[in-house]
Amino acid sequence: MIIFILRRLGIMALTMVVVSVMLFLLLEFTPGNVATKVLGPYSSEEQRTLWLEAHGYFEPLWVRYFSWLGNFVTGDFGESVRFKVPVAEVLWPRLWNTVVLGFWVFVVMIPLSLLLGVLAGMREGSALDRSISVTSIITTSIPEFASAVFLAAIFVFWLGLLPGTSTMTGGFDWWQLVLPVMVLVIYDFGYVARMTRASMAEVMTTPYIRTAILKGLPYRRVIMRHALRNALIAPFTVIMLQINWLLSGVIVVEFFFAYKGFGALLLEASLNQDIYLIEACAMVAVFVAAATQTFADIGYTYLNPRIRFS
Amino acid sequence: MTDLVDALDTRGTVSSALRAVGSFKLLRESWVGMIGTGIIGFWVVIALLAPLIAPFDPNTPLQPFAKPLTEYATGDGTFWLGTDHLGRDILSRVIWGSRTVLFYAPLATASAYFVGILMGLAAGYYRGRIDEFLSFLANVILSFPVLVLYILVITTIGSSGINIIIAITFASAPGIMRIVRGLVLDLRNRDYVAAAQTRGESSWFIMLVEILPNARGPLIVDSCLRLGYVVITIGVLGFLGLGLPPPAPDWGGMINEARSIALAFPHMTVIPCIAISTLVLGFNLLADGLREISLRD
Repeated sequence: MIIFILRRLGIMALTMVVVSVMLFLLLEFTPGNVATKVLGPYSSEEQRTLWLEAHGYFEPLWVRYFSWLGNFVTGDFGESVRFKVPVAEVLWPRLWNTVVLGFWVFVVMIPLSLLLGVLAGMREGSALDRSISVTSIITTSIPEFASAVFLAAIFVFWLGLLPGTSTMTGGFDWWQLVLPVMVLVIYDFGYVARMTRASMAEVMTTPYIRTAILKGLPYRRVIMRHALRNALIAPFTVIMLQINWLLSGVIVVEFFFAYKGFGALLLEASLNQDIYLIEACAMVAVFVAAATQTFADIGYTYLNPRIRFS
Repeated sequence: MTDLVDALDTRGTVSSALRAVGSFKLLRESWVGMIGTGIIGFWVVIALLAPLIAPFDPNTPLQPFAKPLTEYATGDGTFWLGTDHLGRDILSRVIWGSRTVLFYAPLATASAYFVGILMGLAAGYYRGRIDEFLSFLANVILSFPVLVLYILVITTIGSSGINIIIAITFASAPGIMRIVRGLVLDLRNRDYVAAAQTRGESSWFIMLVEILPNARGPLIVDSCLRLGYVVITIGVLGFLGLGLPPPAPDWGGMINEARSIALAFPHMTVIPCIAISTLVLGFNLLADGLREISLRD
């Protein structure tokens, strides 16, 4: 088990290194471009050369990569061109806002999708099962930006119940969080529910469930004590991997509702070619995605006794 | 000899045509699949007939901020779905926009499949070092949150039709490769592969002629799902302002342009969103129907 965890962590570290090389080559391969992006298109040739000299850009590529990597892992991400402050000062508060958003998405989505998935999978082919399946196909067919548009039209334009933007300029406001959370939940819950349903339906066909029913245990007890334990192992992985999807979703939702989060920051940095901010945001996004994947793998192995004790 | 090849060839074509008819008949048994086919067919017809059925030119400013069902002031027609902030007819833009998405989405998906299938065949057939290398590469690309990858690639290489296809190929090929690799690992031990190896066929002949056609079932279902997802991706890129440059009628771009005034004029954003959602729903329903049928036999 420990060897397995170490191997998974090793693979994750290797992935991060390769991603950092890719990012570095993509953004910093030609020093001239970096100088133009940092100093702006109207800087003179002389200014750019001086800047490149001062920031060590005439060193060989691999020396530059390792000094960049060294600064990076110690938390020195450089200075944002757009915000004129160190990247870390913009990045961490924005990331925290996104964590808050993501937390509430999961608080709503997990119970909802597990409940629907279990109910649908308990009696495969029932009317409830089919209506849940069709609903989840429809909700996963509506992209986040479309459901954001629909919900904003209904709740903001027609009913006038909720605010249409979530800038939170006057401090934290629950009402402004409702629509972003709703949009993300609607897009994500269908997939988790379908996966839970498939897992539950599979467990319900196993001999030990049949035995439990045939020996006369109450149906509720069969479900709660016997079926759920095994049926919820697969959804655990699916839910962990949803974090990767959520990182894409928050970009759209934060952009639409003008929520000051990590996704909107990444988009803003990319559109303005704010080079150090892009690097930091992309590395954080990939780190979160890779870490959750690793955690999901380790968790799955731990939860599944057949693997744990072999 | 040529006669024999021709005869074999025609027989192959006829039998595959029969199979296509057969699978369509099977599809008729799945009402979910039929609804999906109907929705896709609707949009394909709209796209093909765009010049005939669009009431106005999609890019000419006529009368700004018209609500749906407004009469054109000159008396030359009605804005059935209203106009946008520049006065362009929304119905015409949605109709012409279906051409854009139904051109780029299949092209980008096909390109991703081409790369993904070649990578998957090589990884699954040769195994060993090649497999390890390709699989690791795929894992690295798949560890990116997918939209982050699109934003990074598009903002670096610029937004244009061909760059959208490149970005979608880059981001989707690893996923396709994984599926193909899994299928090949299973199929490469079949007797007909061993027979072809004994005949002395080349590796790529075996992969493309013996293995690939037998892996088509799961790939067809996956390609439907992926087409739906590529439609979403093209929409998202347009919505984020990274899609086709204006004034091309592009559904995602229409939403992006009207975003800031959407709360006052919801029809400008709601209508293209309905268009995108129905098309994606069509592909997802078709995929579900196909899967249902493939599980049956």
